[in-house]
Amino acid sequence: MTRAAPARSPQDLAGTVSGGIGASPLRPDGTLKVRGEFAYSSDLWHEDMLWGATLRSPHPHARIVRLDVSRALAQPGVHAVLTHEDVPGENVYGLKYQDTPALAEDRVRFQGEPVAILAADHPEIARQALKEIDVEYEVLEPITDPERAAHDTTLPKLHPGGNLVRYQRILKGDPDAAADVVVSGVYEIGMQDQAFLGPESGLAVPDDEGGVDLYLATQWLHVDQRQTAKALGLPPEKVRLTLSGVGGAFGGREDLSMQIHSCLLALRTGRPVKMVYNREESFFGHVHRHPAKMYYEHGATKDGDLVYVRARMYFDGGAYASKTPVVVGNGTTLSVGPYNVPNAKIEGWGVYSNNPTCGAMRGLGAVQPTYAYESQMDKLAAALGVDPADLRIRNAMSEGSTNVTGQVVDFPAPVGELVQRLKDMPLPPERTGAVDIRDLPGGASNVTHGEGVVRGVGYGVTIKNISYAEGLDDYSTARVRLQVIGGEPVAMVHTAAAEVGQGLVTLQQQIARTELGVPRVTVHPADTSVGDAGSSSASRQTYITGGAVRNACRAVAEAVYALAERRLVRPATGMSLAGGKVVADDGEVLTGLAELLGDEVVEETREYHHRKTYPLDPETGQGDAHVQYGFSAHRAVVDVDVELGLVKVVQLDCAQDVGKALNPDAVLGQIQGGSAQGLGLAVMEEIQVVDGKVRNPSFTDYLIPTVLDMPPMRIDVLERPDPHSPYGVRGVGEPPTISATPAIANAIRAATGLELPRVPIRPEHITGT
Amino acid sequence: MRVNVVVNGEKRQADNVWEGESLLYVLRERLGLAGSKNACEQGECGSCTVYLDGVPVCSCLVAAGQAEGREVRTVEGLADGDRLDPIQESFVEYGAIQCGFCTPGLLVTAHDLVARTTDPSDAEIREALAGNLCRCTGYEKILDAVRLAAARKENA
Ligand code: FES
Ligand code: FES
Repeated sequence: MTRAAPARSPQDLAGTVSGGIGASPLRPDGTLKVRGEFAYSSDLWHEDMLWGATLRSPHPHARIVRLDVSRALAQPGVHAVLTHEDVPGENVYGLKYQDTPALAEDRVRFQGEPVAILAADHPEIARQALKEIDVEYEVLEPITDPERAAHDTTLPKLHPGGNLVRYQRILKGDPDAAADVVVSGVYEIGMQDQAFLGPESGLAVPDDEGGVDLYLATQWLHVDQRQTAKALGLPPEKVRLTLSGVGGAFGGREDLSMQIHSCLLALRTGRPVKMVYNREESFFGHVHRHPAKMYYEHGATKDGDLVYVRARMYFDGGAYASKTPVVVGNGTTLSVGPYNVPNAKIEGWGVYSNNPTCGAMRGLGAVQPTYAYESQMDKLAAALGVDPADLRIRNAMSEGSTNVTGQVVDFPAPVGELVQRLKDMPLPPERTGAVDIRDLPGGASNVTHGEGVVRGVGYGVTIKNISYAEGLDDYSTARVRLQVIGGEPVAMVHTAAAEVGQGLVTLQQQIARTELGVPRVTVHPADTSVGDAGSSSASRQTYITGGAVRNACRAVAEAVYALAERRLVRPATGMSLAGGKVVADDGEVLTGLAELLGDEVVEETREYHHRKTYPLDPETGQGDAHVQYGFSAHRAVVDVDVELGLVKVVQLDCAQDVGKALNPDAVLGQIQGGSAQGLGLAVMEEIQVVDGKVRNPSFTDYLIPTVLDMPPMRIDVLERPDPHSPYGVRGVGEPPTISATPAIANAIRAATGLELPRVPIRPEHITGT
Repeated sequence: MRVNVVVNGEKRQADNVWEGESLLYVLRERLGLAGSKNACEQGECGSCTVYLDGVPVCSCLVAAGQAEGREVRTVEGLADGDRLDPIQESFVEYGAIQCGFCTPGLLVTAHDLVARTTDPSDAEIREALAGNLCRCTGYEKILDAVRLAAARKENA
């Protein structure tokens, strides 16, 4: 028997607003969210539930000499304490490589690695009991330098295969080409955190047959199901997952956090177990953005045509592989940016170290090189004595260009136009006379009245691959049902795709309304009872799950036409659905849907697969690796107080091509939110790691942009449909995060004349103190 | 210990409250009011903002005992039955919500701003909302929503 669903379970979303694709209807979950009634994963509650907690390693690298849980288990109110010995299935998981223990065995490889878990009556009992678990560590020297990890074979091996996760080389044209004008630089990027507001959380509810239902916040239900079931030693159908309300994701929920742990505890105790991380634990409980060090050299003709790019880039993956192989793939294949570059030699290394594990974050693998090559473009413009925007326009790729892996861009690529449009936007007025000090760097802290403040303008442009690459078939599945409820035709859309805030639920309704011509569309909670939808990442869900919903709707429509053909005794050809009716091609209404369907339920399930891609050649890195690209460009205007090193971003404008804006308001929301994260990386956000230890695991010390940090934005959305994608869409979510960072860095350089080779740019970098 | 509070106009009692439990914990876990959110428990994010005797506070920083005998108004208490408060309406209308985790706290903060200020300037709105983090929206639509709610109130 299965237990009752927990209180505050995910809700059906059934807005009855109108609005098909191209409109901006209201979110179906908006009212629930403003009323405080939307069921987030941290709100879940079950009558007899216990609270789970995790003991984590305080050391970045150590051998576990002794692990004794008996004292913790003896605490009143504690129901179970588990270690790796209690993992019934395989104690190892991973998105790309199976290298991550669910619970540490004889060794810990990063500070915060889970060592033991327990379940107790109250979260405070659980927290206290963690202290009673006895662990003796033999502390080992941590490996913290990614370049050494890549090349120094004398270092101890963190994993059986060594410390290199992936090496990729790309050779194009003449890798040793020479040029008139050469600029080079070494660029570094700090470790950024997704800092989603809703902490990792979920509730595991055991059934009476050895299975478990897990309600949680994640980005990809099925990959969690597969990995969790393997650790539990259960077939996937005994581990059922349902998506609860997700408080943001940005890549940080792709890897497992509490999934296996909560299920282990629930199955052991026979009681529902809730786990919720607090903010500090969240910093240790998910992967971060790879910090990187990148050596770049650009060569150009005297006229400003790019001749070659040579680059070496190092990505620090930390303790476990997570998405490091993909970061190396994206990083190298996108390494020269949205520019025509005839010759290139690119090398990328992704390594293991004892730093925090790094994996997916918005803009995966493209954020790092974009920061580097866009810094280079400004340097090159200065060396050539030309306008940085014009240099970009001159070298911009376009439809028909061939990228660095030899893949031909066979869809619109209006890169030069994006930059030109930004260039044509008006600049904010210069500061004159009396100013509101709140508008100056430092704001209300009243540190300057304008003296020592200089202004700069900078550009950043990016190219990001949309969807998974290098031969992966990351398909999606949708089930659509059409039936009459209360005398009206109602469509229900059911997928396993994770709504993480981006507005996918709205979009599913819009597509169904458009395809089926019915105003009422319900979105069923996402769960694993329907086929895989892939991850809400890589800007892919609108494209891929949107495509699946469209396909399923069209199959439902075909079934309706067949029904109409039988009932009305006329050929189904030329029929369409509109306004709840079946319409002939001459506009004649043939029948009402309600009338036609009666008690009949039409249900169809369909998949969408994007076009095929291919792995890179291991030697040359050539290959058609990518499905589609997104392009965006930013122009930033900054004021810098050069005496105190404070920066105020005065304006941040963006132009982006989205192919087709299925929901224009949601597109703006993605651009605004993404730009804010890019701003954060430019001037404030970094997980500070010293000797493998995180120094700032809190919102007191890890700063994300507030409303005071975000300037007004002018946004220009282009729509150049991609002939290969459903409705012509292009993924939207990631590019604006990527191009914002270099635009701001370049603006600060323009204002100060400083080299500033590292982001985030801190006050001391500007003042030189 | 036992804690008595008036929440959203209703007398409520929480039993077996531990020393050290916050008002936020009592609201969420003992009184079934999960609308207020916990995103940092350190007074840094504003997701847990509620009115305490009419003043917006971070409920994660208020010890449950401190709330004894006082009045609390949470996001659940902003609407009048089925009728949303104008600030809630404008958040929905302007798409000021993505994941929505910051929304309950922002709504209480913005509700307070709109209630005590007529025609707030942009700088005033920004200052008022500066203690509420949002990771999804970049704040533009939130600003629009607050401006709209303030304008509506002005014209009401
Ligand atoms: S949870 Fe109270 S301020 Fe963040
Ligand atoms: S909408 Fe997600 S944090 Fe604000």
